[in-house]
Amino acid sequence: MLSCQQVTELVSASQERPLNFKEKVKLRMHTVMCSACRNFESSMGTLRKAMQEFAKGEHNTTDKKD
Amino acid sequence: MTGSTDNIETIAQPTLGEASKLHDAEYLEELRLQMIKFANLQINDPHLAEDAVQEALIGAFKKADSFAGRSAFKTWVFAILKNKIIDILRKRQRLAEVSDLINNDDEGEALNSLFDKKGHWNPDDKPSSWGDPEKSFKQEQFWVVFETCLNNLPGNQAKVFMMREYIGLDTEEICKEVDLTVSNLHVMLYRARLRLQKCLELKWYGGEAHA
Repeated sequence: MLSCQQVTELVSASQERPLNFKEKVKLRMHTVMCSACRNFESSMGTLRKAMQEFAKGEHNTTDKKD
Repeated sequence: MTGSTDNIETIAQPTLGEASKLHDAEYLEELRLQMIKFANLQINDPHLAEDAVQEALIGAFKKADSFAGRSAFKTWVFAILKNKIIDILRKRQRLAEVSDLINNDDEGEALNSLFDKKGHWNPDDKPSSWGDPEKSFKQEQFWVVFETCLNNLPGNQAKVFMMREYIGLDTEEICKEVDLTVSNLHVMLYRARLRLQKCLELKWYGGEAHA
């Protein structure tokens, strides 16, 4: 069984490369049981989407117009 | 919306009005400042960052007339800026010695403290549910917090994270640019993500700010 720390590493790695079958199974076995890691995993998806939004350059904090 | 007949003329020429705003000095200064902020996050050299912004703006101006509105112009200017930044990073070849990036390791310890010895989350550091997180994307205040969190990343983490997630380079490209091994890069990206998760949770999703 993976620890939470190992799970977070694996979740981050999954944004860099496809996980292999074994990794996927281990990850899923853990997140089924652990809500904290489940939350972490979904927050990583949010982070990536937020970065994509941010990269469009439309949400600049100094932009008070429009 | 008002139905006033006086407005017919202005309604008839909306695109001309939009395009002329590109000659609005105040708007352009604001845009320039935004671009400098972005460039500074990735290039640790204010002069180079400023040059990149300048070149991007000049390049964009040459074709400004073909843009109907501000947001199209802005998106496009930022795309040019990204390319300038990539050029600069390429020329620079490497960020720093690998040992400086990785082995200088208070950072690792600080993040490991999120977990106990067995690698379980410490009770106070357990990530909570962010509900419907993308709803926050519509709030201006969220992006203030988001940018604060990005600015709080340690310099080298910020750089590789921005190369990866903002410019959109893949692992191989970044490793080539900054002379890191894949596993070192992954460690840095991992740490950046842990920090950002923690920061967003503390400053936004965990609090009342977005309620």
